[in-house]
Amino acid sequence: MPALSKEETEALIQEVLEVYPEKAKKDRAKHLAINDQELEKSNKCITSNRKSLPGVMTIRGCAYAGSKGVVWGPIKDMIHISHGPVGCGQYSRAGRRNYYVGTTGVNTFGDMNFTSDFQEKDIVFGGDKKLAKLIDEIEVLFPMNKGISIQSECPIGLIGDDIEAVAKQKNKEHEKPVVPVRCEGFRGVSQSLGHHIANDAIRDWVLENRDGDDSFETTEYDVAVIGDYNIGGDAWASRTLLEEMGLRVVAQWSGDGTIAEIEKTPKVKLNLIHCYRSMNYIARHMEEKYSIPWIEYNFFGPTKIAESLRRIADHFDDKIKAGAEKVIQRYKAEYDAVIAKYRPRLEGKRVMLYIGGLRPRHVIGAYEDLGMEVVGTGYEFGHNDDYDRTIKEMGNATLLYDDVTGYEFEEFVKKVQPDLIGSGIKEKYIFQKMGVPFRQMHSWDYSGPYHGYDGFAIFARDMDMTINNPCWKSVKAPWKQDDADEAPMAASA
Amino acid sequence: MALRQCAIYGKGGIGKSTTTQNLVAALAEAGKKVMIVGCDPKADSTRLILHSKAQTTIMHLAAEAGSVEDLELEDVLKVGYGDVKCVESGGPEPGVGCAGRGVITAINFLEEEGAYDDELDFVFYDVLGDVVCGGFAMPIRENKAQEIYIVCSGEMMAMYAANNIAKGIVKYANSGGVRLAGLICNSRNTDREDELIMQLAEKMNTTMIHFIPRDNVVQRAEIRRMTCIEYDPSAKQSDEYRALAHKIIDNKNLQIPTPITMDELEEVLMEFGIMEAEDESIVGQTAVSE
Repeated sequence: MPALSKEETEALIQEVLEVYPEKAKKDRAKHLAINDQELEKSNKCITSNRKSLPGVMTIRGCAYAGSKGVVWGPIKDMIHISHGPVGCGQYSRAGRRNYYVGTTGVNTFGDMNFTSDFQEKDIVFGGDKKLAKLIDEIEVLFPMNKGISIQSECPIGLIGDDIEAVAKQKNKEHEKPVVPVRCEGFRGVSQSLGHHIANDAIRDWVLENRDGDDSFETTEYDVAVIGDYNIGGDAWASRTLLEEMGLRVVAQWSGDGTIAEIEKTPKVKLNLIHCYRSMNYIARHMEEKYSIPWIEYNFFGPTKIAESLRRIADHFDDKIKAGAEKVIQRYKAEYDAVIAKYRPRLEGKRVMLYIGGLRPRHVIGAYEDLGMEVVGTGYEFGHNDDYDRTIKEMGNATLLYDDVTGYEFEEFVKKVQPDLIGSGIKEKYIFQKMGVPFRQMHSWDYSGPYHGYDGFAIFARDMDMTINNPCWKSVKAPWKQDDADEAPMAASA
Repeated sequence: MALRQCAIYGKGGIGKSTTTQNLVAALAEAGKKVMIVGCDPKADSTRLILHSKAQTTIMHLAAEAGSVEDLELEDVLKVGYGDVKCVESGGPEPGVGCAGRGVITAINFLEEEGAYDDELDFVFYDVLGDVVCGGFAMPIRENKAQEIYIVCSGEMMAMYAANNIAKGIVKYANSGGVRLAGLICNSRNTDREDELIMQLAEKMNTTMIHFIPRDNVVQRAEIRRMTCIEYDPSAKQSDEYRALAHKIIDNKNLQIPTPITMDELEEVLMEFGIMEAEDESIVGQTAVSE
């Protein structure tokens, strides 16, 4: 199917909006747009970071998910208490595939769930005492933890528990960081506020811990990787490239990260931001307070990787610049071979994305390296600065959809008929049952890494085995094979 | 006689608990089977009936036992003067936790455990000061109290609170069967207090069901942790509570209230000389410009 023209895309948006009641239509119209590369600012075409409409099946999460699930959870040598009823912690336990090295339950705790397991009596009488006891028990049972964070679930904000007082008290008693995080799920419109709250908690309770302590020996080449959650090993595949070009990675925020790394970050020379959405706040803070510059980079696909390596190297001396070139050269044969193998099988395939905070724009280059085209993209919880950064990455007249509703997404897919959809677990089975090849782009569908040159090889293989999987030929009922009226959904025929 | 569930609301400190317990004692004296459900973390709704400092509450017992499911009815139900059954919902000390949730949990527990048995004639819910959140509105939701009595006096803030409570009742009256059954004037000896409350009641589409005069015998009884009825049955004040009890037994005047606006309330107050007309010309004027 050929690409839609601007007029066709416009007509498609209008058609989808048609089913809504007047008020909902007016609201949703602001969140759907046709990409126009001429625009400098996305606020001319799209509205984002607004409350979702009731009844539309939004795909968003909550502030707790943003703090515990995204920012804090991967810090591996800390224990993160899901403070409140048991479900929030238990049903999000280890679900994000933040890989780490360590012995779980001894010196790392990433896959475990710690919760205060609120009961009626804790709501009525308050949970502070229970929290204090829980922290004391953690110190006895898991003495090698390097700190504790208290991740507030909804009831904490409703009953007004003073978790800050408990945190200060226990910090004094145990001489370890104890960090209260006010990330109650009902705050804000999506997980995005949770990221911000989590960043602020790091700023207020952790970042200054080693101010004035110069015992850590620094070098001119110290950098921190910020906003890489090591999903399926992403941060590892990124870190090697930075190290090979001569940089020293002092900290990983927060995939496979430790609290010591976070405390040392104010001593680095440059902060490298991968997921801008979830961690730009702390980067800006460090720029202001410690004068550490920060840049965004993109390690998806060889084109973007090379661009990023060179942009990073520009902040350093010739040795690093040469290092960057050497890295690009060293892997060239490898990624050329990947492209030579997969590009012919994927050339011209069209992709629709709907993901979280950075991938709706960051993975576009990787698809393009394989000859594919992203024809629609959108963010669950992006802000307009995300869309600003997206406009130039997407082709003209492609679709942009913010906080897309279940209905809109399905209708867009039916009309655009992409060859592949990249989104999350909640969307996966809907589209697979419609006969459209699908990849989970939050968890990498239990694969990965996708970052770096190593990741690109896996990315290319995964996209090929999904799109060109023989199963799609069997989706249609045999007795409907000759029914010309029913065009097959799968575009892989 | 079918069970009648009544809730007593009113401004904090107005004398709800004292009035309720004296009223309940009078009902018991008249042969009625009554239960009091205290819905206030302070747990002082049953002390005059039980001669105790404060009854051990459902929520405290639940916290000790682990959860409310671990409790039995007899653990929480105490019987006092005149076979009046007493329970206190209980809740946290001031400043922590959620007292409203305590009320919800306690009342659900009583229902599930069958505290509202067929032999009861009356249940009285004695609810803390104002309907500050959903928890304290629990007693007036569907299938709970159908009759609300508001205790007030001729003081401005007491009347203001009464009117606010009526607003809360309207919300639940429209979706369920709860009705305003009358104002109980617990006298503070202000001027023309009875007339004032009668007029307020009329405007709110209800009546002043009884005027309880002020009498120190109530305080003398209270020091002994007793109701006036029990302490001195022959006292004139005891007859007042008996009169109130009989009026409530016979009360058929259950109405959806018509709370009045702030302006209307102020008009009434001005009429009775409790409030003076505001001088609009001085609003927003600084000392210099005056």
